[in-house]
Amino acid sequence: MTFSTDIETLAPAADTATDEKAAGRPIPVALISAVTVAAIIGAWAVAASYALVSPVFLPSPRQVVVALYNLVVTGFVDATLAEHVGASLYRIFGALIASILIGIPAGIAIGTSRVGRGILDPIVEFLRPLPPLAYLPLIIIWVGIGEASKITVIALSMLPSIILSTSAGVRSVSKDHVNAARSLGATRRQVLAEVVLPSAVPSILTGVRIALGAGWTTLVAAELVAATSGIGFMIQSAAQFLVTDIVIAGIVVIALIAILLEFLARLIERRLVPWAAHR
Amino acid sequence: MSILTFRNVSLRYPPQPGRKGAGEKRVLDGINLQVASDELVAVIGRSGSGKTSLLNLAAGFLAPSTGTITVDGAPVRGPGADRAVVFQDDALYPWLDARDNVAFPLKLKGVPLGERRARAQALLDRVGLADAGDRNIWELSGGMRQRVGIARALAAEPRFLLLDEPLGALDALTRTRMQEFLLRIKAESGAGALLITHSIEEALLLGTRVVVLSPNPGRLTAEIEAGFNAEVRAGASVAAVKASPIFKRMHAGLTGLIHSGDDEELAA
Repeated sequence: MTFSTDIETLAPAADTATDEKAAGRPIPVALISAVTVAAIIGAWAVAASYALVSPVFLPSPRQVVVALYNLVVTGFVDATLAEHVGASLYRIFGALIASILIGIPAGIAIGTSRVGRGILDPIVEFLRPLPPLAYLPLIIIWVGIGEASKITVIALSMLPSIILSTSAGVRSVSKDHVNAARSLGATRRQVLAEVVLPSAVPSILTGVRIALGAGWTTLVAAELVAATSGIGFMIQSAAQFLVTDIVIAGIVVIALIAILLEFLARLIERRLVPWAAHR
Repeated sequence: MSILTFRNVSLRYPPQPGRKGAGEKRVLDGINLQVASDELVAVIGRSGSGKTSLLNLAAGFLAPSTGTITVDGAPVRGPGADRAVVFQDDALYPWLDARDNVAFPLKLKGVPLGERRARAQALLDRVGLADAGDRNIWELSGGMRQRVGIARALAAEPRFLLLDEPLGALDALTRTRMQEFLLRIKAESGAGALLITHSIEEALLLGTRVVVLSPNPGRLTAEIEAGFNAEVRAGASVAAVKASPIFKRMHAGLTGLIHSGDDEELAA
């Protein structure tokens, strides 16, 4: 069965085009995705309404929507949904600014200098594979239990992708672009500012996008430990009291914000570096 | 008048560690050449004859292993705006529009924004792209991009234009138009020019002199006065010049000279 499916997928493009022509317009991917999501929610609703799973473990979609509404209007654990989301976004963007301020100069140092590479490479390579939760206790010991520890942990989880993408962008600058600037009278500093950095911007933005994903994952984990607000804290508190509809509503909110952030990052990328697709 | 001088220049690359049997690579040997600011010297030769290395030495991207390269007696110690390079793949900056690309050398010099944009626009007018200033680089055709590249080089007010196969990637029709354009621009700018090209026809048409490099290592084996560029600048059509018996004779002579070692190479 799998074999025949693979063969269908691998059919030559010309044949596929002919088939599609004969069968009319192909079904849009977005429609396939929408139907899939609707089917999952439908199956969930059926399972909940026939009590195939206990409501404690799986509340109905309607209950989750009501919980979401209550979260917006009255809130949960002393804060509304907007306040929880605001606290989480404050941490994410605080960490993002810190990691950009540290990561981009560090990436440039790695990409342009042997000494920089020698000093910073081992630190980045040490940090990169570490799960943030592994060093969270140490950060709490060093920085305390307040906002600083959460922002530090999130920033540390974001740093490697920003550093590595910056250094990759710096290293992949076109040799002709650099030589052109030098032959037009550019100093080393001008080459860096006017050619190397602009050329690395697409790569840096990709790094920021990846960092946002990593930071968002770390945020929820960081808020599970000693927080008094934030989406992660809200979910953790709800889980302790088996308020499953709030847990699911929180998860949906996290997913929606992550999708929105990704969308915004791509929009900024398209606006800032429309030329990236043409070089 | 400025003079770019190669005096007994050679270029060797040291053996690469780890590559079996790879000794020192001799790229250029004993090059003596002068380019004056009223000349366009075209360099031709087979692949591997060191044409681009010769240009890179003049630009200061490479340092000679022996010998000296000077501009008006002052040794070349690195790249500089007195020797602006025009690259085969244009090397324009895609994050800048056409006008800002042309204004780039002026920005490097610290010319104020308003003045540099006005000067860049004047250069765009000169290269026939008056209305293209606001356009993105990737929206321009190959010929237009090369014009922007040439305008950018001229903005640096160089004493020499170093042209690294600037028309190599263009289609035949655009190339012919660009050849006439290059001659006009070169004459107007007052800069000397060193043109690297694979095309014998282009070298004959554009060069006041044509020098031939032989490969392995690159040596100057011939130097001829061409002079067809004066005819084109005087109004003769490129097609008519190329069709003339003397142009064809010189073309055949240069072809024979460049490919004279081919039989031995094939036999080896």
